Amino acid sequence: MLAAASPGFLSPTGVEIAFLLVGIVTLGAAVVTVTTRQLVHAALWLVVALGGIAVEYLLLTAEFIAWVQVLIYVGSVVVLLLFGLMLTKAPIGRSPDADSGNRWAALTVAIASAVALVWVVVDAFRATWIRLDTVQGSTEVSGRSLFQYWVLPFEALSVLLLAALVGAIVLSRKKGEPPAASEASATSTPSVIAAPPAASAASAASGTSAAPAGGDGDTAGPAPREDR
Amino acid sequence: MSDTLAIVLRLLAVFVVFLVFPLVIGQTEHKVMAHMQGRLGPMYAGGFHGWAQLVADGVKFAQKEDIVPAGADRRIFQLAPAVALLPYLLVLVAIPVGPHNAVGQALDAGLFFVLAVMGVGVLGSLMAGWASANKFSLLGGLRTAAQLLAYELPMLLAAASVAMAAGTLSLPGILDAFHWWWVPWQLVGGLVFFTAGLAELQRPPFDMPVADSEIIFGAYTEYTGLRFALFLLAEYAGIVVLAALTSVLFLGGWHGPFGADGLGWLWTLLKTAVLAFGVIWLRVTYPRLREDQLQKLAWTVLIPLALAQIAFTGVVKVLIS
Repeated sequence: MLAAASPGFLSPTGVEIAFLLVGIVTLGAAVVTVTTRQLVHAALWLVVALGGIAVEYLLLTAEFIAWVQVLIYVGSVVVLLLFGLMLTKAPIGRSPDADSGNRWAALTVAIASAVALVWVVVDAFRATWIRLDTVQGSTEVSGRSLFQYWVLPFEALSVLLLAALVGAIVLSRKKGEPPAASEASATSTPSVIAAPPAASAASAASGTSAAPAGGDGDTAGPAPREDR
Repeated sequence: MSDTLAIVLRLLAVFVVFLVFPLVIGQTEHKVMAHMQGRLGPMYAGGFHGWAQLVADGVKFAQKEDIVPAGADRRIFQLAPAVALLPYLLVLVAIPVGPHNAVGQALDAGLFFVLAVMGVGVLGSLMAGWASANKFSLLGGLRTAAQLLAYELPMLLAAASVAMAAGTLSLPGILDAFHWWWVPWQLVGGLVFFTAGLAELQRPPFDMPVADSEIIFGAYTEYTGLRFALFLLAEYAGIVVLAALTSVLFLGGWHGPFGADGLGWLWTLLKTAVLAFGVIWLRVTYPRLREDQLQKLAWTVLIPLALAQIAFTGVVKVLIS
């Protein structure tokens, strides 16, 4: 992967230009996400930012990661965000109280983490070039490296997600009832990255808000028959 | 040059399919529903059995005034139909219809691509539901989101089972690995996938988010004219995509008892059409599931079934390898 004659910065290829442009759009969308006063607009700008990152992955020929990014973040996390916004507070127009007053602290943390990330990445991959004319991040390659070299971090992450899931269930239960840990362990398959947040949110939703009729909840029971 | 031309031709073919098939499904729905309910359905437009009814509907929709409610969030309100419709166009690009690369664009992770992009389409309904500044719309949007969260997971798990069986995520690759005994092997997964897909499309009996008798038309209540037509088109395009995907993943796509070489695409079309007919049939025959029943079905029936299917797939896979 280390090219002998390292390509220069002054003659960028089409992919590099596209990468830079998409990166600028992504950065802009991310900035708008945290600065806009309209809550739902912020969530929708987040879609643009996350989608931009997926496009960057695609440009780096990491197709699998790109689609997982769309599937998990755009398809599940943002939907969850919008769901939460709609359940609690989603006014059309500006919300003057959307500013938490932590602007400078947030800016400091953001800049510090950005500097740390850029430093680490630059330091680690100094003169490394990947050739984009061959596919570098196909599903097979990603799977092999994930399950050969990165199994332990992967499993540790799934345990972390399981803990988050159990915590969400505990929080969503009323006092006095024992937390249902058996439900949590049933959905802890490592292949299901989206399971824990989605599972906890929707089980909370079905328990609190989404049951207008308040029946016995029997799946096989007769539904009210209506003419469509 | 010929490469570019080939790509353009392929995309053009996909676009034509995208424009024609949903209309065919819509017209079939008119007719099938009518006959199941003991009536004739549209009979005048176009002469022969009202075949041009949907074209006439389209002209009617185009003539209507495009209204944006005064309190609505204008830009998002207007953007929502496109967000709802375009993902289905993108998905069609990756669905193979026949052997020997008869696909808009073969993708390495095609299975993930179609599922990811289909999930994006629901954002359109959410945007419409929120931006309309209408309580019924907001309720519809909420129900849409809850339904998507509940049914995305079993759909993914069922699809993962097929990917495990085939050992690849590419849709043509899955079909290349297909054998006839996969149909009984993956039967449970197929049922889960199809049911969850129906729920994602908000088709009856999972149409609580648009339940017209209680929340008018959910997220689409405030829409008129062409934008409303785009939402309807998205629903029919969704039926095409779901039926085609189910036939590719679980019913063997272009494989059939005979004629697999020349007539493969005909098998794909036939299976897709039969499944689409099933979708329409369900609409006519099944009562709507209540919201709590919807959630219960997903979390207590479909997800355990999908997990059991994955376990079963793994066991068989180890045994035969």
